[in-house]
Amino acid sequence: MIKVLDYGSGNVKAITNIYKRMNVPCGIASNVTELAEADRIIVPGVGAFDQTMILLERSGMLETMNEMVVGRNVPVLGICVGMQVMASASEEGRRAGLGWINGVVRRIDTTELTHKPSLPHMGWNSIRTTTPHPVFHEVDLTKGFYFLHSYCFSCEDERNVIATSRYGNEVTAAVNSGNVFGMQFHPEKSHSNGIAVFKNFAEI
Amino acid sequence: MLRSRVIPCLLIQNGGLVKTTQFKDPKYVGDPINAVRIFNEKEVDELIVVDIDATVKKQEPNYRLIENLAAECRMPLCYGGGVKTSEQAQRIIGLGVEKVAMSSSLIEHPSLAGEISEAIGSQSVVLVLDVRRSLLGKYSVCVHNGRRNTRQDPFEVAASVEKFGIGEVVVNSIDNDGRMMGFDVQLAEKMRAAVGVPMTVLGGAGSIQDIRGLIDRFGVVGAAAGSLFVFKGKYRAVLINYPGVVERIPVPASRAA
Repeated sequence: MIKVLDYGSGNVKAITNIYKRMNVPCGIASNVTELAEADRIIVPGVGAFDQTMILLERSGMLETMNEMVVGRNVPVLGICVGMQVMASASEEGRRAGLGWINGVVRRIDTTELTHKPSLPHMGWNSIRTTTPHPVFHEVDLTKGFYFLHSYCFSCEDERNVIATSRYGNEVTAAVNSGNVFGMQFHPEKSHSNGIAVFKNFAEI
Repeated sequence: MLRSRVIPCLLIQNGGLVKTTQFKDPKYVGDPINAVRIFNEKEVDELIVVDIDATVKKQEPNYRLIENLAAECRMPLCYGGGVKTSEQAQRIIGLGVEKVAMSSSLIEHPSLAGEISEAIGSQSVVLVLDVRRSLLGKYSVCVHNGRRNTRQDPFEVAASVEKFGIGEVVVNSIDNDGRMMGFDVQLAEKMRAAVGVPMTVLGGAGSIQDIRGLIDRFGVVGAAAGSLFVFKGKYRAVLINYPGVVERIPVPASRAA
């Protein structure tokens, strides 16, 4: 069963509602026992990097999740700051990240932007996939997704970037390394494209 | 390419949806959850929901209602009304809301923006300025549903709050509210010049042409409206709607990112 991590950040219920409509078994994990039942994990997120790490630590599920993701290769999908904490560090904060994907989180480079507003990168933007990936099956790339962020993932290995969006420069939109997936945009708030992504993640 | 956002703005009073004219005469237009369901089907870009009672009546935000709205929304949700502390903002984000809007609390204490940004990230902090225009054309910021005129210059207020960290400014024309005669473009021009963060313009949109005109003028912008998306026809019959044509308004090439 898919489990959405309930640790006080991001929209847990919007995600479980989407799966409910698809008739895909999905539940909330707010403790270690509930998390242990997961064959797939979703880490939602809205917020600042350090605060998100604090909430993850306080949830008491971090160690178990780490063991499941790193030790047993359970597929995991991080959303927005839930993706950013998968890096080793962020310019937004001082705490260490989870280090599941090699890279750091940097402030979006706005030097190429010729217009106001500059940051945050907010709204619906199209994405470009760097490689055809099953997680974007039946996604309308031009219609794209809803973004809301000022920091973005900078991967050490370019091959981990599976999609980008254009905002001045190319901004990392999605990352993947083995069983670890991350999306900078909010699929739970991106209508039919978001639903497609959740469906694909359930089938990967 | 980043697109402009076309945003229905819903007002809540006593748990129901209302629409005002010049911030007065609230007219009941329906149930908020039902409206969200319709806007889901229409695939709207984003939604702003403001509880217009909370601050005036010194109430806590209605967390139960916010949670229900957030769970139903398949589009990003910005909530405003009665938020005064970073604890409240954090709790609202924890309920699944993407952005928290504040007005009087940030106007009175601009540095609060920094404290809240630290907790929820500056991208999720929204400053709402309700602005009144005098007969001589001077703009001033009002609070408490337009009842109190702070006599402060909205552009100076926006710039001073922006310094502490916010993700968006919503500029709302009290004079144009509910009249469906068009946005106050001059107000928007001045606000665009004053701040660097994303701007959403609210108050007065009466047609898709108004929204198109705003986007033509500003490039990437938030175009918000109340009446336009809850009324139909000259007798203002209640009908939740979101005309399909607005969804794909292209950004003029000269403005594209």
